[in-house]
Amino acid sequence: MVSLREVCGIIIFRWVPLIVLLCVSARAVDRSNFKTCEQSAFCKRQRELKPGRSPYRALLDTLELSDSRITLQLINDNNKVRLLLELYRLQGNMTRVKINELKPLKPRYEVPDVLISDPITETLSVVSQDENSLVLSLGGKDQRLIVSAQPFRLDIVEGPQVLVSLNSRGLLAFEHLRARKDTSISHKISSTVGSMWDSLKKEEDKPGMWEETFKSHTDSKPNGPSSISLDFSLPGVEHVYGIPEHADTLKLKNTDGSDPYRLYNLDVFQYELHNPMALYGAVPVLISHSTDRTMGIFWLNAAETWVDISSNTAGKMMFGKILDFVQVSSEAPQTDVRWISESGIIDVFIMLGPKPADVFTQYASLTGTQSFPPLTALAYHQCRWNYNDQEDVKSVDQGFDEHDIPYDFIWLDIEHADGKRYFTWDPSKFPQPKEMLQGLMDKRRKLVAIVDPHIRVDNGYKIHNEILSKNFYVKNKDGGDYEGWCWPGNSGYPDFTNPEMRAWWASKFAYEQYEGSMENQYVWNDMNEPSVFNGPEVTMHKDALHGGWEHRDVHNLYGLYVQKATADGLVERSGGVERPFVLTRAFFAGSQRYGAVWTGDNAAEWGHLKISIPMCLSLGLAGISFCGADVGGFFKHPSAELLVRWYQAGAYQPFFRAHAHIDTPRREPWLFGPENTALIREAIRQRYALLPYWYQLFYNAHRTGYPVVRPLWVEYPNDVATFSIEDEYLIGKDLLVHPVTDEGATAVTAYLPGKGEVWYDVHTFQKHDGEQSLYIPVTMSSIPVFQRGGSIICRKDRVRRSSSCMENDPYTLYAALNSQGSAEGELYIDDFHTFNFEKAKQFVHRHLSFSANTLSSRNLAPDSQFSTASWIEKIVIIGGSQPSSATLKNAESALEFEFDSTLAVLTLRKPGVNAAADWTVILR
Amino acid sequence: MLHLGTPVEIQRPRGVPLTKKQFYVENKPFTCLDGSRTISFDRVNDDYCDCKDGSDEPGTAACPNGSFHCTNAGYRPMFIPSSRINDGICDCCDTTDEYNSGAKCENTCKELGRKEREVLQKMAEITKEGFLLKQHLIEEAKKGQQEKQSKVTDMQGNKKQLDEKVEVLRTVKETAEQPEKEAKERHLKAWEEQKAAIRLEKDKAKMAEAFLELDDNADGFVSVSELQSHAELDADADGTLTETEAQGLMGGAEQVDTSTFESVWPNIKDKYHSEVMETPPDEVKEPVVDNDSEPYPEDDISEEEDEEDEDDYHEDDDKVSCGCVQAPPTIKTPEKNHEDEEAMPSYDADTQALIDAAQKARDDFEEAEKALREMDDQIRNIEKELSFDFGPDAEFTYLYSQCYELTTGEYIYRLCPFNRVSQKPKYGGSETNLGTWGSWSGPENNKYLLMKYDHGTGCWQGPNRSTTVKLTCGKETVVTSTSEPSRCEYLIEFTTPAVCQEPANTDLSPHDHEEL
Repeated sequence: MVSLREVCGIIIFRWVPLIVLLCVSARAVDRSNFKTCEQSAFCKRQRELKPGRSPYRALLDTLELSDSRITLQLINDNNKVRLLLELYRLQGNMTRVKINELKPLKPRYEVPDVLISDPITETLSVVSQDENSLVLSLGGKDQRLIVSAQPFRLDIVEGPQVLVSLNSRGLLAFEHLRARKDTSISHKISSTVGSMWDSLKKEEDKPGMWEETFKSHTDSKPNGPSSISLDFSLPGVEHVYGIPEHADTLKLKNTDGSDPYRLYNLDVFQYELHNPMALYGAVPVLISHSTDRTMGIFWLNAAETWVDISSNTAGKMMFGKILDFVQVSSEAPQTDVRWISESGIIDVFIMLGPKPADVFTQYASLTGTQSFPPLTALAYHQCRWNYNDQEDVKSVDQGFDEHDIPYDFIWLDIEHADGKRYFTWDPSKFPQPKEMLQGLMDKRRKLVAIVDPHIRVDNGYKIHNEILSKNFYVKNKDGGDYEGWCWPGNSGYPDFTNPEMRAWWASKFAYEQYEGSMENQYVWNDMNEPSVFNGPEVTMHKDALHGGWEHRDVHNLYGLYVQKATADGLVERSGGVERPFVLTRAFFAGSQRYGAVWTGDNAAEWGHLKISIPMCLSLGLAGISFCGADVGGFFKHPSAELLVRWYQAGAYQPFFRAHAHIDTPRREPWLFGPENTALIREAIRQRYALLPYWYQLFYNAHRTGYPVVRPLWVEYPNDVATFSIEDEYLIGKDLLVHPVTDEGATAVTAYLPGKGEVWYDVHTFQKHDGEQSLYIPVTMSSIPVFQRGGSIICRKDRVRRSSSCMENDPYTLYAALNSQGSAEGELYIDDFHTFNFEKAKQFVHRHLSFSANTLSSRNLAPDSQFSTASWIEKIVIIGGSQPSSATLKNAESALEFEFDSTLAVLTLRKPGVNAAADWTVILR
Repeated sequence: MLHLGTPVEIQRPRGVPLTKKQFYVENKPFTCLDGSRTISFDRVNDDYCDCKDGSDEPGTAACPNGSFHCTNAGYRPMFIPSSRINDGICDCCDTTDEYNSGAKCENTCKELGRKEREVLQKMAEITKEGFLLKQHLIEEAKKGQQEKQSKVTDMQGNKKQLDEKVEVLRTVKETAEQPEKEAKERHLKAWEEQKAAIRLEKDKAKMAEAFLELDDNADGFVSVSELQSHAELDADADGTLTETEAQGLMGGAEQVDTSTFESVWPNIKDKYHSEVMETPPDEVKEPVVDNDSEPYPEDDISEEEDEEDEDDYHEDDDKVSCGCVQAPPTIKTPEKNHEDEEAMPSYDADTQALIDAAQKARDDFEEAEKALREMDDQIRNIEKELSFDFGPDAEFTYLYSQCYELTTGEYIYRLCPFNRVSQKPKYGGSETNLGTWGSWSGPENNKYLLMKYDHGTGCWQGPNRSTTVKLTCGKETVVTSTSEPSRCEYLIEFTTPAVCQEPANTDLSPHDHEEL
C-alpha cells in the first residue's frame, strides 16, 4: 500500500533541462524523498575512501586458536585502534569472518534471530606461519585461508586459485565508537574531499558524524560515527546477483558511475525501474557465479547498507602481497564488491559453493529454508484495496463461480478495519465477519485480512491500551513513546524486536482475542518497513530506541519480526497444528521462514510486468522463494492486454495475487469482455492444474533451500549464454517459462538451454532441441512453457473452483523423455495444510522414473505414512515410440492406450492405481 | 437418497438430462455427442474422460468441459459444470452432485421451490399493481403534458399582451420622468445658489474677525509685523514667516485697512488659524444624494443573488463566489453634522407632485416588467420539462422535480431524477455531487432501465464521479440501495411502477419441465 499521495507539483527531470508541470498522479518516485549515498553521511564518508594500501595490520602474535575459531587482533596504524578478528570454518564449506572493536566504548549490535542456530564449526588448523602471514586449512581440496599481516588481507584459495580476497583493495574501515568531543568547532570543519586516513589520523570529526539532517529531519546520533566497510574481490567473476530488493536487472550492475545498491527497507511511492534505490525489503546476500564456481557472501548486518559493485581485472586493484604459490592472472576479469553499513559489526559468511545448489544449501543452513505453505496459498488470490463490504465480498465470490474461474483467497485491505484499528472490523461494512467467513468456508475458500504494525493512538482501542500498559512501544530518543503518522493518523509502533512483545502480538490472533476471525482467515502485514509517513525517508527516525538499541541498528530487521510474530500467532491459534500463511512487504535474511513476500506497490505498466521476473528471481537466490508481484499492477489502470499478459505471467510465478489501488476502476477477471475473461480463466486454470508440481517444489525448497523459480544459469551453470537471461526462468528444473511481456507481441524468442537437452512445448507437445534460441509466434492465448525432456511432472487436470476442492482428485503424469528415452520426477502428497508432514511424517513422497520402457513409482520416504484418495488417472509419455502393449504389472492387467504418431505422444488410459502405491507399467 | 416423489426411475446415466436420454442406451456403444468417437457403454461415467466434448462423463468430474444435470424435483432443473461434482460443495438442491464426496447436503428443492413460487407470486402481484399504477402515471402524464402544452400556448398569448403593456408603461414612465428631472434640477440649482450666498456671508464675517485679531494694536490697520505673528501662514514651509513673505501676502503694502484686507484675505484664509479658538476646517460638502430618488434601488440586484442562494446545491461554491464578486463595503460619507450646513430644503409641492407621479410610473413599469420576466421563466421551464424524454408513454414524467433519499450507515444519498444525484455525510460535512442527469442508458431493447448521471465532483487520480440508476418494477417509488462498485462510480437501485411491464398472462408455475 502506498504511503504518500502526490498532488499537483513541479517535477524537474534530472536528465532533461525541462520543467514539466504535472497536475495528475506523479509519474514516478519522488527521488528527493530518499537519500543518495552523497546525502547519507556515513556512505559519503566511506565512499570517499578510495582503494589503496590498508592501514590495518594483523598482529599475528595475538593469535588464539581454539577448536572452533581463530582470533587475532588488527590494528589501524593511523589511529592505533585495535579490532578483534574472528575466523570460523563452518560445516558445509563456509567461512565466517567477524570483525569488531577489541574494546568498544559500548557494545556494538550483533544481529540476533536471523541465524537459525549457532553454525556448526569445524576445526581450523594452521598449515604454516611466518612473520607476515598465516595459512590455515579449510579442509579438503587444498582450500586455504591466508591471513596476510601487513597490510591486512584475507584470501581464500583453492590450490593455486584465489576464490575471494578480503580487504585486498584496502577498503576495510571500521569507525570505532568514540567519546564526543567539544563539538562547537568540529561540526563546522569543512568537508575536504581527500584521503580518509588523514582525517582518521587526526581523529577529526567530519560533517554528519554527530548529527545529520535530511530534509526537515535531524538524526541526533548520540553514539557518533559507527560505520563499517569491507571489500571483497572475486577473481574470474563477471556475474554477481542477489542483494534484493531492487527494481533492477537480475545481474547486478557496475555501480562505479552511480549510487551503490542500497539496502534499507523503505516505503517507496511509485518506485522507478532500473536503479539501485532501496525498496521495501533487504537481504544482504550476494551470489557470484562463473563457469568455474558459484559462491555467496552473506553480510549479516541490519543497519542501512550500501553495496558497490565494480568490474575490474584481476591483479590490477590488488594491494599487498599474496603468497607465492597463488596465481593471479592479470588478464582475468574480476568483480569487486564493497559493503558499507552504518552500524553494528562486520559479520560475514563466505559460502564457497562450488555449485549453485551448494550455495543454496549453505545459505539455508545459516538462515533456514522457505516455510512450507499450505497448498491453498499457492493457488490464486483475489485482492483489491478494497473490497468494500460483506456484500461486495459475496458478489465477487459469486462472480468467480458465475464465470467458472477458480480462486482460493479473497483479500481485505485496510478499509475493512474499524478506523484502521487492526484486529477489528468496520461495524457498518463488516457487521458479521463470521457470516462472511462461513460463506467462504462453505465454498472451501479463504480470506486474508490485513494487519499492519502501526497502531492507532486511541485510548478507546484495546490493542493500543494493552501495548501502552505493557510498555511495548518503540521509544523516541527522549524516552517517550515514539509516534508517527500512518493510515490511522497518529500511530505508535510496537517494538517487535522485543520477544515479549512478539509473544503478546502472536496471542492476539487467537480466535477469542481477534473477534470475528475464523480458521479460514489469514494475515497480511503491510507497511512494516516500518512506514512512517512523516518520518525521515518515510520511515522511523534512526535515533528511536528499541530497548537499548537504536533503530539505526535494527531497521532492516523490523519487518522480519513483524511477520514472524504474526506467523507465530497463526500457528498458536490452531494449537500448533496448522501451517500459517502470512504475506509481508518488508523482509530481511531469514524472512523465508515466515511466509510470502510481494514486490510492493508496482504499476500497471509493461515495464513493471517485465521487472517482476528478475525481482522474484533475485529474491529466490537470496532464499525467499515465495514471491510475487501484484498482477495487473497496483497503481494505474491496466489495458485488457496488459492484464491478460500479467495473469499469464503471474500464473507461473510463486505467489499469484491480483491487486489494485483504491482509485483504479474495478478489474475482476470478468470485467474486460468475454474473450479476455476466457483468457484469464485459462491462465488461472493452468496454475491450478500445475499445483501438484508447485507444491512438490515448495516441499523441496522447504527441505533443501533450493529456490522454487530459478534463473537458467542455476541449472545450466556452464552455459554462459544463460548468465544474463531475465525474461525467462525455470520452475524447479523441469519447466521453462518465457511469458509474453511486450505490448502487441506477435512472437517471443526463448532460449532453450542445455546441449543434448530436448524441450517440449507443454501445450502442443512439440519437441525442440536445447541450446538454441527459439522463435515462437504468439497469440493472446499463448503462454510459452516448455517441459524438459527427462522429467516427469504430475498435474491435476480436473480444475475446480478452489484448490481444496481438488485435494482428492486423481493425477495425470506427464513424462517427457530425453534423448536417452528416460525421464524422472517426484510426487509429493500430504494433507496440504498441517504440520503433520513434519511432526508425524504423514506424507507421500514418490520417485517416478521411466527408462527402458518401464515406468515405476518408488517410495522416497519409506518411514512416512499417509493415505490419499488420489489415484493415477492418466499417463502421458511425450517423445516416445508406439508400444504394442502396456501392462500394469501390479494387476497384470493390460492398459489401453492411444498413440499420436505425429507428436510421438502416448496416452495410457486409466491406470487407476492409488497415488501412494508402488506400481510399474511396462511397455512392449 | 431416494426422493419420495421420484417415480419409476427413468433409467439413464447420472447427470444426463431427460432431453438427451436417447443418446445413452444401456449396453449399446455410446457415440460422443460431437460424433468424435464411439466407446463401449461401460465407459460412460467410468470417471475417465474419453470424449473431447465431455459427453461420456455427464455424472463425474473427469471431463474439464462436461456438464451435469440435476433434476431438482420440486424446484428448477439445472446444469452445473462437471467440476462441481463431488467437490464437497452442495450445488444441486436435490444433492445429486455430491454423491461421493462426504459432503452433507440436504435436499432443499421443495423449500426453494416454495420460496421461489412465493417470490414469483409476489413479483407478479407487484408487477400487476405496478402496471396499473403505471397506466395511471401515463394518463396523468399525458394530461399534464397537454395541460402544460396549452398553458404554454396561453402564456405565450398573455406574454404578448404583457410585452405591449410593458412598452406602454415604459413610455409613460419616460414621459413622467422628464418633467421630474427638470424640476429636480431647478430645485438643486436654487439650493446651490443659496448655499453660495451663505458661504460668502460667512467668509466675510470670518475676515472681519481675523482683521480684529490681527490688528494687535487696534489701530485699524494690520501691519506686516502683525501678520508675521501668524507663522502658519509661512509660504515656503520653513517655519518662519519672514517680513518679505508677509509683505508678499499683503500685496506689497506695509499695512492694510479693513477694506484693503479684503484683497489680502484670500491669500491667507486657507492657512489662517484663529487665535481665539481652533475653528474646525471649513469645508463645504456636497449634499448626499438622496437614495430614494434613484430610479433602480440596489435591492433589485441583490435580490437576484438571493434567488441563486436558494439553490442549495452550490452552497459552498456560492459562499466562495459571493466573497469574490461582492463589491467591498462602501465607505460611508460621514453624516452631515455641520451646524451651518443646512440640509437641502424639501421639494416644493409642485416638484414633489412631479416626483410622485414619476415614481408611480416607474413602479408600474417595473411591476409589469417583472411579471413579464416571470412569465418568460415559466414558459422556459415548461418547455424544458416538455423536452425531456420521459419514456415512450411519458410514464417517468412524475419523477421530474422530485427527489428521493436513502440513508445508509455513513451517508444520505439523494436522487433527483432528471436532475442530479448527491451524497451527504450523515453527521455533517459538505455534499458531494455524484453526477448530473446525462441520459437513459439501458440496453438497446429497453434503454429506460438505466439512468446515467455523470460529470459529478472529480476524484483524486480518477474520473469525475458518476452514477448509474437501475430501475426495477415496484409499487412504490423509492431508492432501495446504493453502492460504489468501482471507485467513484456509484450504483443506485430504484423502484418505480413506471418500469413495470404488462404481466404475461401465464400461470405462475415455474416448472415448465417439472419432472414429477
